[in-house]
Amino acid sequence: MNKTDALIIGAGPTGLFTAHQLKLIGLDCEIVDNLDKIGGQCIELYPDKPIYDIPAVPECTGEELTNNLINQIKPFDIKFHLSERVDEVKKEGDNWIVKTSNDTIFQTPNVIIAGGVGSFEPRKFFVKECEKFENQSIFYSIKDKKMFEGKTVSIFGGGDSALDWAVELSKNSKVNLIHRRDDFRGAQATVDKVKQLANEGKINLFTKFQMTGIKGENKLESIDIKSDDKEVKILKTDYVLGFFGLIMQLGPIANWGLNIDKKTIEVDTEKFETNQKGIYAVGDICSYPGKLKLILSGFHEGALAARACFKLARPNEKYRFEFTTSSKTIKNRLGVKGD
Amino acid sequence: MAKITYITSDDKIHEIDVQNGLTVMEGAVQNDIPGIDADCGGGMACATCHVYVKEEWLDKLPTKEDGEEDMLDMAFEPKKNSRLSCQLVVSDDLDGLTVDIPSKQG
Repeated sequence: MNKTDALIIGAGPTGLFTAHQLKLIGLDCEIVDNLDKIGGQCIELYPDKPIYDIPAVPECTGEELTNNLINQIKPFDIKFHLSERVDEVKKEGDNWIVKTSNDTIFQTPNVIIAGGVGSFEPRKFFVKECEKFENQSIFYSIKDKKMFEGKTVSIFGGGDSALDWAVELSKNSKVNLIHRRDDFRGAQATVDKVKQLANEGKINLFTKFQMTGIKGENKLESIDIKSDDKEVKILKTDYVLGFFGLIMQLGPIANWGLNIDKKTIEVDTEKFETNQKGIYAVGDICSYPGKLKLILSGFHEGALAARACFKLARPNEKYRFEFTTSSKTIKNRLGVKGD
Repeated sequence: MAKITYITSDDKIHEIDVQNGLTVMEGAVQNDIPGIDADCGGGMACATCHVYVKEEWLDKLPTKEDGEEDMLDMAFEPKKNSRLSCQLVVSDDLDGLTVDIPSKQG
């Protein structure tokens, strides 16, 4: 069991700055995120898009903002638990017991939800019957490519993941690559490679096609694909891979007894606490009168929630407000020499 | 001002007067029309405000900017008449536009 003063759910900009604020006032924290990298929406949705409304930063990309925030918490030892989704939050005495999808367990008086619009999950096929074969012969990510050797694999998608895997698996498998239009959005070099392999007959390319049906009793046998011109083809296949990017889903948060309205969690504006004592929500996921979904608002909310955490984590101590410019204690925590 | 008709996947018809300058997405979200999630808030970064535009409107709408078609790759059941409603800015020209909202956004 991991004991910590505060557990942050979400490693986006708000979660990262909240961690900074917690450490600055002398509290421990750990961060859990379902993505395999730090940065949340900034890194997943718009790493290259410029942002113009971060105070004192005239222009930066999602990736630059993330890197700056990571640098800002470098002085502190903060443990990240990536590729883990928080599944359960339960009250036990004065603490919350938090369990993740990897069975990591935390005991903490404070849980700060900085979850954006929820956790990122793969987008799935819209053919309903696909659920039956999920994780057996239909996958949305690849853990072990060996299972595809000598088999027929049908890959759907037009981005880098789909193209990279089509190139890679074409070495040892029979590959069908299916995409809804002629244009691919992957890197040009990879697109060229795929087209070359298609010309050499090493990849069967089907553009302007989408999946419409799937057949097989206990084992996947074939899929139906249909073109824009209503032409239907039946492809025998052992495996199907879908790479349609990620979508944000509120997921298990909905089951924690919080007041939720339109996928956001209601909080007060003093502590950014939810209707459950010791559970806070900050950033895009919280709502209150006048809420603005801006990164700068998330920073403000995280700073206040961190102060609220102090009371529950150090019930016998009094929190003293200090400036980073003048406090020796804070400078010690940051590892900088005082004047 | 333009009258925009949103048809939800349960065939319910919602006729809304949307102010010029707002997007078709905002018109739906501000009027609590279900089925348009708009997770990213209009940044053309998530494809959860996907709608089907009535065929006769396809050519009358502003053309797709770079990136919209890329995002539509990820939408739930994209078709030829798919658009992201956050990219459709309302003006008098859009008066009478009808969009179908898909049964799911992801």
